[in-house]
Amino acid sequence: MTGKTLYDKLWDSHLVKQRDDGTALIYIDRQLLHEVTSPQAFEGLRIAGRKPWKLSANLATPDHNVPTTKTERTVGIAGIQDPVSKIQVQTLDDNCNEFGITQFDMMDKRQGIVHVVGPEQGATLPGMTVVCGDSHTATHGAFAALAHGIGTSEVEHVLATQCLIQRKMKNLLIKVEGTLGEGITGKDVVLHVIGVIGTAGGNGCAMEFGGSAIRSMSMEGRMTMCNMAIEAGARVGMVAFDQITADYVKGRDFAPKGDQWDMAVAQWADLVSDDDAVFDKVVEIKAEDIKPQVTWGTSPEMVTTVDGFVPRLEDAKDDVERSGFERAYQYMGLEPGQAITDINLDRVFIGSCTNSRIEDLRAAAAVAKGNKVADSLMQALVVPGSGLVKEQAEKEGLDKIFIEAGFEWREPGCSMCLAMNADKLGNGEHCASTSNRNFEGRQGYGGRTHLVSPAMAAAAAIAGHFVDVRQFELVK
Amino acid sequence: MKAFVKQSGIVAPMDRANIDTDMIIPKQFLKSIKRSGFGPNLFDELRYLDEGQPDADNSGRPLNPDFVLNQPRYQGASVLLTRENFGCGSSREHAPWALEDFGFQVIIASSYADIFYNNSFKNGLLPIVLDEAIIDGLFAEVIATEGYELTIDLENQNIVKPNGDLIPFEVDAFRKHCLMNGLDDIGLTLQDADDITAYEVKRKESSPWLF
Repeated sequence: MTGKTLYDKLWDSHLVKQRDDGTALIYIDRQLLHEVTSPQAFEGLRIAGRKPWKLSANLATPDHNVPTTKTERTVGIAGIQDPVSKIQVQTLDDNCNEFGITQFDMMDKRQGIVHVVGPEQGATLPGMTVVCGDSHTATHGAFAALAHGIGTSEVEHVLATQCLIQRKMKNLLIKVEGTLGEGITGKDVVLHVIGVIGTAGGNGCAMEFGGSAIRSMSMEGRMTMCNMAIEAGARVGMVAFDQITADYVKGRDFAPKGDQWDMAVAQWADLVSDDDAVFDKVVEIKAEDIKPQVTWGTSPEMVTTVDGFVPRLEDAKDDVERSGFERAYQYMGLEPGQAITDINLDRVFIGSCTNSRIEDLRAAAAVAKGNKVADSLMQALVVPGSGLVKEQAEKEGLDKIFIEAGFEWREPGCSMCLAMNADKLGNGEHCASTSNRNFEGRQGYGGRTHLVSPAMAAAAAIAGHFVDVRQFELVK
Repeated sequence: MKAFVKQSGIVAPMDRANIDTDMIIPKQFLKSIKRSGFGPNLFDELRYLDEGQPDADNSGRPLNPDFVLNQPRYQGASVLLTRENFGCGSSREHAPWALEDFGFQVIIASSYADIFYNNSFKNGLLPIVLDEAIIDGLFAEVIATEGYELTIDLENQNIVKPNGDLIPFEVDAFRKHCLMNGLDDIGLTLQDADDITAYEVKRKESSPWLF
């Protein structure tokens, strides 16, 4: 018998029932809830007269449209200026109270972006199945968990039954071997991967990241990579369990303690793909080939290196891509062949479920320290991923470094990643953003997003245009 | 959920790959706590020349005359013909809600993002996968023929062209069953409640920290 992949093992251990029609009932250990994709699910439960199957499996926090300014965050929900956002946050609060679900509300210092909060609390554990009505749930796969985004009907399904009806996906291994260069982060690696396989490259697959470069990466770097598996089309991103995983989880509030900890670690040790496991597809990447990445277009696969250029029409692989390039040049206001370092910026955003954890803020602060945000910039925002990340950053004095450099230091939330609150781009503005999607209008109507790592974003804020963070000391 | 057996309708062509969920329904409309009413804001940034606001009246807004759904010949379309990786991006079910609320019942593309594909079936919207070559042919016919209609026969898994030619398509048996009968799959899963409970008993023994 051949060995199993990590995905095979997670699938098998959560299989409640295999049905004759090829579908399977898969048990869900953890559901994270937020205000945008849950109201209709709770409404569905109410209409059908159903109760949550297992209350303790659920954890909620508002994140997508909470305001991030201090003035709007001092009096709770009543302080939210946007009346439509306020109703949504209030509805989450009401639903959690009515059904008895644990919520870190807006005034709780544990509040934050669901994908930062889950791991930070130990609510995401190795070997779990984790779902949330948000495509970036793939983040939690960094813990050798089976995690993916679901729609609102499925949120209701999980609330009511603790299960999902699934079909098994294919196994895809992204193997990154070698040593990453100085200044190269998980963000650069995953953007490079998307550039190689495309935004549909992982469709229908569970994507495992392996290889020596991943083994030596921190949990936060792994989370950034798994977070963006969905931008390569894979609902699921995963990294095998190892000592780095155990060290991160140990001692967190929701993590097992004492004897149960020892028992758990012994069980989790098996959460790796067997040496003889067979993947449907393997993509090999050399770590040494990866340079700092910048997206130039309106899809994450429209990515190049900081020393690169906006591609020309003749670089397109077919007619469909060529017309995509033409639309992207126009939307982004860029010329074919233009140097990436010649793109002038209007705003910079450091935050989102991709890059708002403490290591991200440390990396950005290291670049910002002693420098000033360029006068040409209208705004440079730093939005920590959770109240606890914010607290830690302030303990380390990172807030002061950012503020002295001219960045705004905000309260936790999704913020300008998707612009559901007041933090957004104006029409035609270029933004260096540590978020995950550069779709048209994503960060604001007519806004032009360039995805980068936190250090690259900070360097761009200071220069006013993109610069290679590896040479930043030389050019500033 | 409405049952889907056989539908005929005008086909609207959107010749563009990687149409993402932010394009299908921009984020400001996700603030609604309802499942309905998203139709007027479907493809909002492509359809109108100004920026849409939630809870606003859309009737007086300037339309983009170049956008396919604004062209008179495609009014009342219920079949959307498009390109690869349709529905990529977020998990927002507001995307199929908006398509369905607008009047679409069928999407035809060469591939879909996984979450969007799944969400569509939960809302009576049938996403059909066809080969790129067949899709190229359909684009040519739709553009050449005003009032071009297709009939989608889910039971027999065929698309019937105006000349009577059939294009067969694949669909998962379970999803087909749910769609044809308008079934709520929570009710179906709860028929297996004993299996779920038995699984929990076993899992509590092996991994007590999860309970």
